[in-house]
Amino acid sequence: MSEFLQQLVNGVTLGCVYALIALGYTMVYGILRLINFAHGDVYMLGAFFGYYVARAIGAGQDPHPGKALIVLLVAMAGCALVGVLIERLAYKPVRRSSRLAALITAIGVSLLLENGGLLLFGADPKFFPQVVAARNLSLGGGVTISNQQLIILAVSVALMFVLRMVVMHTRIGRAMRAVSFSHTAASLMGISVDGIITFTFLVGSMLAAAAGVLVALQNPKIDPYMGILPGLKAFVAAVLGGIGNIPGAVLGGLVMGVAEVMVVGYLSPTYRDAIAFILLIVILLVRPAGILGKHTAEKV
Amino acid sequence: MTSRTRLRSGFGLVLGLALVAAGCGGAAKDELVVGEYGSLTGNDADFGQSTKRGMELALDQLVAQKQGKIGGLKVRVVVEDDQGKPEEAATVVQKLVNQDRVLAVIGEVASGRSLAAAPICQEAGVPMISPSSTNPKVTEVGDYIFRMCFIDPFQGTVMAKFTAQNLALKKVAILTDNKNAYSVGLTQFYKESFEALGGQIVTEQSYGSGDTDFRSQLTAIKAKGPQAIYLPGYYTEAGLIARQARELGIQVPILGGDGWESDQLIGIGGTALEGCYYSNHFAADNPDPRLQEFLKTYAAKYAGQEPNAIVGLAYDAGVVLFQCMDKLATQSPEVFKGLSSSRAGSPERKAACKQLRDLIAATTNFPGVTGNITLDANRNASKPAVVLEIKGGKKVYNTTINP
Amino acid sequence: MKRVLTLIITLAVLAGLDLVLARMLNPYVFRVLMLCGINVILAVSLNLVNGFTGQFSIGHAGFMAVGAYTSAVFSLHVGRVWVAGLEAAGVPAPLAQGLALLVALLLGGSLAAVAGYLVGLPSLRLRGDYLAIVTLGFGEIIRVVIQNLDITGRALGLSGIPGWVNFFWVFLVVAAVILLSVNLANSTHGRALFAIRDDEVAAEALGVNTTAYKVFAFVIGAFFAGVAGGLSVHLLSVASPDSFTFLRSIEVIAMVVLGGLGSVSGSVLAAIVLTLLPEVLRPVQQYRMVIYSLMLIVLMVTRPQGLLGSRELRLPWRRRPGGPAAPAPAAPAAPATKGAS
Repeated sequence: MSEFLQQLVNGVTLGCVYALIALGYTMVYGILRLINFAHGDVYMLGAFFGYYVARAIGAGQDPHPGKALIVLLVAMAGCALVGVLIERLAYKPVRRSSRLAALITAIGVSLLLENGGLLLFGADPKFFPQVVAARNLSLGGGVTISNQQLIILAVSVALMFVLRMVVMHTRIGRAMRAVSFSHTAASLMGISVDGIITFTFLVGSMLAAAAGVLVALQNPKIDPYMGILPGLKAFVAAVLGGIGNIPGAVLGGLVMGVAEVMVVGYLSPTYRDAIAFILLIVILLVRPAGILGKHTAEKV
Repeated sequence: MTSRTRLRSGFGLVLGLALVAAGCGGAAKDELVVGEYGSLTGNDADFGQSTKRGMELALDQLVAQKQGKIGGLKVRVVVEDDQGKPEEAATVVQKLVNQDRVLAVIGEVASGRSLAAAPICQEAGVPMISPSSTNPKVTEVGDYIFRMCFIDPFQGTVMAKFTAQNLALKKVAILTDNKNAYSVGLTQFYKESFEALGGQIVTEQSYGSGDTDFRSQLTAIKAKGPQAIYLPGYYTEAGLIARQARELGIQVPILGGDGWESDQLIGIGGTALEGCYYSNHFAADNPDPRLQEFLKTYAAKYAGQEPNAIVGLAYDAGVVLFQCMDKLATQSPEVFKGLSSSRAGSPERKAACKQLRDLIAATTNFPGVTGNITLDANRNASKPAVVLEIKGGKKVYNTTINP
Repeated sequence: MKRVLTLIITLAVLAGLDLVLARMLNPYVFRVLMLCGINVILAVSLNLVNGFTGQFSIGHAGFMAVGAYTSAVFSLHVGRVWVAGLEAAGVPAPLAQGLALLVALLLGGSLAAVAGYLVGLPSLRLRGDYLAIVTLGFGEIIRVVIQNLDITGRALGLSGIPGWVNFFWVFLVVAAVILLSVNLANSTHGRALFAIRDDEVAAEALGVNTTAYKVFAFVIGAFFAGVAGGLSVHLLSVASPDSFTFLRSIEVIAMVVLGGLGSVSGSVLAAIVLTLLPEVLRPVQQYRMVIYSLMLIVLMVTRPQGLLGSRELRLPWRRRPGGPAAPAPAAPAAPATKGAS
């Protein structure tokens, strides 16, 4: 039983990270119907920005919560900028083209970030400084949780809450929902569609950066290719929850995280990466629009 | 119509460029070209870059000692990137052999990619030295394929002996990197020898290289209560696994192989790695002057870093190759001419490469930085392995285990 | 009669070229030529699914892997024995090897086609990106399974696969897949596929069996992907799970989209360009992939409809066989009107 609870704790932590990345995918998809393949690489950039900031301010030698917060915020700001640049320079010009052209552009951006990162940062993996000293807390019954896991949980829940508030209770959030419903109608209502799209990329990239820093905190190995697999799995999580649906992305991320950890722990760790997809196929066959997705009847 | 013509001319341009690229390259008459291929980009970029650094050091040494010349001819190293893909490895080695007309090839680290390229070298009669592909199959491809490292069965056995005899432990859990043929190989040989020595494998868990979360496997391992964990993966994951193991309250020693060797190992694992052991090609605290000299040169060239085993093995491969070329130049200058002046595939070139191959095969007791290297009948390096212990944040020599 | 004659001439020309090119060309250039051929097969076969039928598949590397490993296992365990037996019986080596290769390729292609059928089935329920992600998932599952089976050599893969592939076989398949695509485009079945791509609901209303046609496209596409996989491992002599990652699928999609969705000659052209481009960029070493990705972005921004759009390059002496064109590029995103279809 304690083993099961321990796996559950690990799974929820992993799921929170997937959820943070999945949110970026799902918001961009909701508004542009674009699979932003470069999103996983923005997550990678977030970790690297955090790495360089942490080294610059010496957060590794002298852990301090304030410094850790600076690392997180600078990485988020840096990635917000990168996200906006990507949208303006690469995606905006193809927005009026076919969706496949946009997808190939996204793939191009992803390859560019990976290989550009390789040139800039070097091929050898870097190790994220310990900006928070590791400590273990016992939850009783042989279950432990590290303070880093706790930070991941707390920060990601806080960010998701903020996002929810922004989307549901602010003017700009209402505008986002309007744009995702219909570009034409939204612009007729006086909403700047371009502005909203840029804002969406900004927010999505910030969340990815936060995920990058949080993961690096716990698993300090970072390299230019680290974004591919989590990016892919987070995208699967977004589809699982119903793509374009914000609570769906969170739910999808948690389901993925817990399922993955449980499979590794109880079935066969060798099939870890496959399980995400098997789960996905099964769920999609039962509910083709994802867990929380609405099945829209097709117009003729 | 116009756009179609433009398209055609564009296509012609690309084809033309390709042909130009194909036409140029290749050795000028007065130089000796050595090829090197590795994963300079892609998931294993670190391997390719390390090999490249090792070869650079070997070439630097040649420049310092002989102005970079062998037999009066300048040596040039052509490096190609295979992106970590086997099919690319085959293509670049074809290019090295036929386009750049190299007389020998150094590479690869990953056995899968060495296996894709080896048949090409074998068929073309160009010697290939893999610095660190440890799978036995690689040199079985043919008599032109060599390696500078020991093979998986040996290293697995070394650690099994060390666990059962030196540490006197009976119950071990294994954590394998399933995406990595090297790790799968070591696991198999470790398990066989350890069980033969009366030990018991309590559980076998696995992960995939690139994973960063191992808590579920470790939680499962903890439940079985082993006395040690054998973890034949790479340092990148080893450090993380050690940290997560300690977090989950697993205090037993963790044992590894040469994949652990890196100056970053302790940086990442920190105190979690205290009391862990791994088998390796060399111990940095070995007072051998050659090794110390090498460490110093490396630190001078690469901002005070410490080389990993791959750099050392690639360096040894380069030095062995250059020495053999030098021997050929002094022993049979007539044959040596064949290396520089004739086209790839010509009879005199083949004869020269054959002689070069024979010289490499005859390597005995070569004092490399990764130990004394003797190439056995199967063209594998036979040399002792050392076991290192991590103590006080340092890698400390523990014992040597001979083949 | 005319057809038989054409067939015989094609075979003779291919065999002749096979003899000449292998001797004339530098082996590196020859290898790149063969890789172009294999990529053409992959791009043209994916174009059947993505370009003709409008079903978005990103699992082509998975089908390739199925074909590759099936044919490799056959050649290693059965094919080699056959060839040895046939040669002992006095059959000339190229014929014996060709025969064994043919069986290996057909087996690989068939198993890949079965996989294509299984993956095609969910397409009955799933649309657009959901289908895409299922095909992607399938590719990844295949790779993980291959990594964990003893018969496929686990992470190391299989080595020592006999190198029976030559120019003749690669370009015979190239010719076959192009001919099939072109003929399909001009047939009733092809029109049905185009109709599904342009408007599935309307196509169904007009009596097109959309289910059968979508699965059909998947099966044919997968078959040729499997054959291409078989060719590539017999060329390489090694089958490794690292060769069939989802990045490989992405490369093929890039070829199809760059060439122009639905355009057979576009796929051929783009496959050749995208195979040559990285080779041409070799001298710039580590900047190669950066330049490659930048060019991909710039090409998509400046020519989003692909190199050829939906048109075909035609041989000047052939009459124009009025194939239906692909639709104009979709209206700007327009999510609310069309959903994810």
